[in-house]
Amino acid sequence: MANAIEVRDLTVAYRESPVLWDIDLDVPSGVLMAVVGPNGAGKTTLIKTILSLIKPAAGQVRIFGQSYRSVASSVGYVPQRGSVDWDFPTSAIDVVLMGLYGRLGWVRRPGRSERAEALAALGQVGIAELAHRQISQLSGGQQQRVFLARALVQDARIYLMDEPLQGVDATTERTIIDILRTLRSLGKTVVVVHHDLQTVSSYFDEVLLLNVRRIASGPVSEVFTEASLRLTYGGRVAIIRDAT
Amino acid sequence: MSPFQLEIQLVAAVVAVACALPGTFLVLRQMAMMSDAISHAILPGIVIGFFLTGNLSSPILILGGAATGLLTVVLVEWMRKTNRVREDAAIGLVFSALFATGVILIARYAGDVHLDTDAVLLGELAFAPFDRLEIAGYDLGPQSLYSTGSVGLLCAAFIMLFYKELKLATFDSALCATLGFLPGLLHYALMGLISMTAVAAFDAVGSILVVALMVGPPISAYLLTNRLDRMILYSILLAVTAAVSGYWIAYLLDASIAGCMAAIVGVQFGILLCVAPNQGLLAAWQRRKRQRWQFAIKMLVIHLLQHEGTPEAERECRVDHLQEHLAWEKPFAANVVSRAAAQRLLYPVGESLELTVTGRELAREAIVHH
Amino acid sequence: MEHFFNDYTFRTVTLGAATLGAISGALGTFAVLRRQSLLGDAVSHAALPGVGLAFIITGSKAPLILMVGAGLAGWLATVAVLAIIATTRIKYDGALGFVLSVFFGIGLVLLTFIQKFPNASQAGLDSFLFGQAAALVEQDVVTMAVLGGLALVVLVLFWKEFKILSFDPEFANSLVLPVRWLDLGLTTLLVVAIVIGLQTVGVVLMSAMIIAPAAAARQWTDNLGIMVLISMVIGALSGVGGALLSTSTSNLPTGPTIVLCASGVVIVSVIIAPRRGLVWEQIRRTLQARRLRSEAILLDLFELARKHDSLGHPHMEAALKIMHPHASTLRRQLRSLHSKGLISLHSTGAWALTQEGINACEKLLAKRVS
Repeated sequence: MANAIEVRDLTVAYRESPVLWDIDLDVPSGVLMAVVGPNGAGKTTLIKTILSLIKPAAGQVRIFGQSYRSVASSVGYVPQRGSVDWDFPTSAIDVVLMGLYGRLGWVRRPGRSERAEALAALGQVGIAELAHRQISQLSGGQQQRVFLARALVQDARIYLMDEPLQGVDATTERTIIDILRTLRSLGKTVVVVHHDLQTVSSYFDEVLLLNVRRIASGPVSEVFTEASLRLTYGGRVAIIRDAT
Repeated sequence: MSPFQLEIQLVAAVVAVACALPGTFLVLRQMAMMSDAISHAILPGIVIGFFLTGNLSSPILILGGAATGLLTVVLVEWMRKTNRVREDAAIGLVFSALFATGVILIARYAGDVHLDTDAVLLGELAFAPFDRLEIAGYDLGPQSLYSTGSVGLLCAAFIMLFYKELKLATFDSALCATLGFLPGLLHYALMGLISMTAVAAFDAVGSILVVALMVGPPISAYLLTNRLDRMILYSILLAVTAAVSGYWIAYLLDASIAGCMAAIVGVQFGILLCVAPNQGLLAAWQRRKRQRWQFAIKMLVIHLLQHEGTPEAERECRVDHLQEHLAWEKPFAANVVSRAAAQRLLYPVGESLELTVTGRELAREAIVHH
Repeated sequence: MEHFFNDYTFRTVTLGAATLGAISGALGTFAVLRRQSLLGDAVSHAALPGVGLAFIITGSKAPLILMVGAGLAGWLATVAVLAIIATTRIKYDGALGFVLSVFFGIGLVLLTFIQKFPNASQAGLDSFLFGQAAALVEQDVVTMAVLGGLALVVLVLFWKEFKILSFDPEFANSLVLPVRWLDLGLTTLLVVAIVIGLQTVGVVLMSAMIIAPAAAARQWTDNLGIMVLISMVIGALSGVGGALLSTSTSNLPTGPTIVLCASGVVIVSVIIAPRRGLVWEQIRRTLQARRLRSEAILLDLFELARKHDSLGHPHMEAALKIMHPHASTLRRQLRSLHSKGLISLHSTGAWALTQEGINACEKLLAKRVS
């Protein structure tokens, strides 16, 4: 099957300093891919550029061989939890409904069927009973699940997630990983910015090692080696994988 | 120039200095809107002080105003700490409630005395020379010169004494606290100074010009320099220039003096925004133009390096491929290649491009020092 | 009371104040949630030169023409603020303070310029500074209601888009919603809301009408739609309340009175609103502290008894007093534990755990271990 995402010679710069240099990347369809790299490596920038939230200085991104705009409805996005104000006066189900705004089109409001969908998505992440709770009264893990549910209702073919496992409790982490696996079994492609090197090989099929440029990418078993980690983190890797 | 005109300009210049000094720190600490809040919120303090003394240039007024200014800061801080109202909303709420109180006090109790809201908001510099300081029958000059002058001196003394601490508190509040310099206390001291300056200056120039002089010259100076001492110096120079030239323009147009000064503050910023040596739009545009080529060359050599020796090298390293994949226009790509070749970073081999040793080094360096 | 409602001026003022309160309440909600509280202040100050220029160009004092001028200037000011932060390293607060004071200064120059017009008295324009509710005529109120009604219709039409824009603009962008246009649209609606109120409340206090109803409404609900409705009601009631008070009392200006009413509602809301109110939080804290203290006493009795043969071994109050030297409420706590049947009082005056008390202690200890 064709690649879900193809990134070619992508260079991104803030003002005049480059954040990503000449990235090439193929994400095969139907895999779970981790994006790993030190702080400031450009992981979030890469995700945002794929979503065309950031305009690249050069290069291009293709999703199923097309531009983002034409396939936007088949891409789901889970931003970093810290990117929004959780004191906003709204409930969990309202946030999940926002995932349907793209499909609804202008002026139309979400109706009964949309609410049922949102509730189902909340059930899928295990917090259906919190649907009407104000979002600031949710724990960090629950907030992360709300974001995940919002992406699930988008019913996308590709999911891009920015640090969904950052700072969540163990139960939430298990739930999220289960959902990622379910998504994969449904043939979806999931790209996850990830910070915990120890869990990369157990959670993911593929990995992209990133530090401003692409250090390596491919199946975890081939690519996720001590040598490439050293290259990525500049010899500052404290974690050595168990010999498997 | 009549002695009156000279005195007006002198008062204007002193006010400008007194405002620009603490204003620099306000701008750097990202609290510029506190000048707006405080200069409005002092109104009830001034009114009550005026009721007590019957005199608009009494030192008690300055103290009363400063107290209301500090009250503003304390109230904003309290509202923020309750976590029920955000800081920006708290600032807006507190100062407008205090200002409204002041307006009501004036309307109800000061109907027939010389104090109206227009005067506080707008000021009337032209009247400054009429209110004179006389001691034992000697005319010592306009009273506002002394009130603004002493507050200005106080600001200067405070900044000189605590320069190091203020600098630290502004750029690294946490470090300042660990070194035991009490950034909170410095903050309140600075806010107290802002309040006193605002009270001393309102009579002459009005509260809005206080904001213009506290915020405008420092942000203009910020376009010119990265150094704190220079920034203070430039702010003072810009503020005094704006005050004096504003006066003359107002004189020529027969318009509001405070308004003209504020307008000049705006013009100064507009000019500097265009022509400032590093931060200016013109400089940035030229720099971008220059860097565009350098950036493109770097991108090209990195691209070549990434694909050097790989199976797809033959395809990736061709000139026509650059147009396709880096999304470069044909003439632009050709131009970049010829510039890079001229710098001996690469050389063409048939249709394809190969890096020289220097080119490879440049690419590696660019990757490491991103 | 009745004669008030028959009074033309009073009816006009009240209707005008209610209209402006409701509309600024609705749009202020979004401004406050998007941390743009102080943008309202900048826009309202910046509207002044627009008013002046509209008059100079058209020679008309028709409310609609002056509002269009004010709106254009206010809109231009927001664009200027955004442009300054986009092109320089100057922060939001500095850009706001600068734009606000410079625009206002230019407005003053224009007003003094207009003063010299032979054919026009300045009176009508002056009311924009501090607002002159009493000068409102039916035509003004109709204009306000039509403009405000249009703004509300747009708000309702694009409700879900504005909601997602305010909560998570980046996600909205990933849905390929035109975030830039939505942002521009919502800001324009805010400008409309401000312009509507200028004539009644004045440029200085208008920002309070944007912030206060929304800040108060936030305390009462966790739902955006309901927040907008409550905010409209609070805004309208503050308007009516202010108009009532100022009409029935001499020398009480309408604008400031409305603002103080709205501020009062904020204070009351922050303190007593259910769930978010500070009072309830204080009560929750006190109850929790009391519970923790009595738990500590219970556990101490448990610890002391452990050293003896039975967990029900009694101890004198003095022994507990040593372990809680600061507990002035020791006796009260003991009595409350006693009334709950967790401890019993021996004839010797000593306290001992009952079986229920022992069970409670074991449960508490088990909880602490996990």
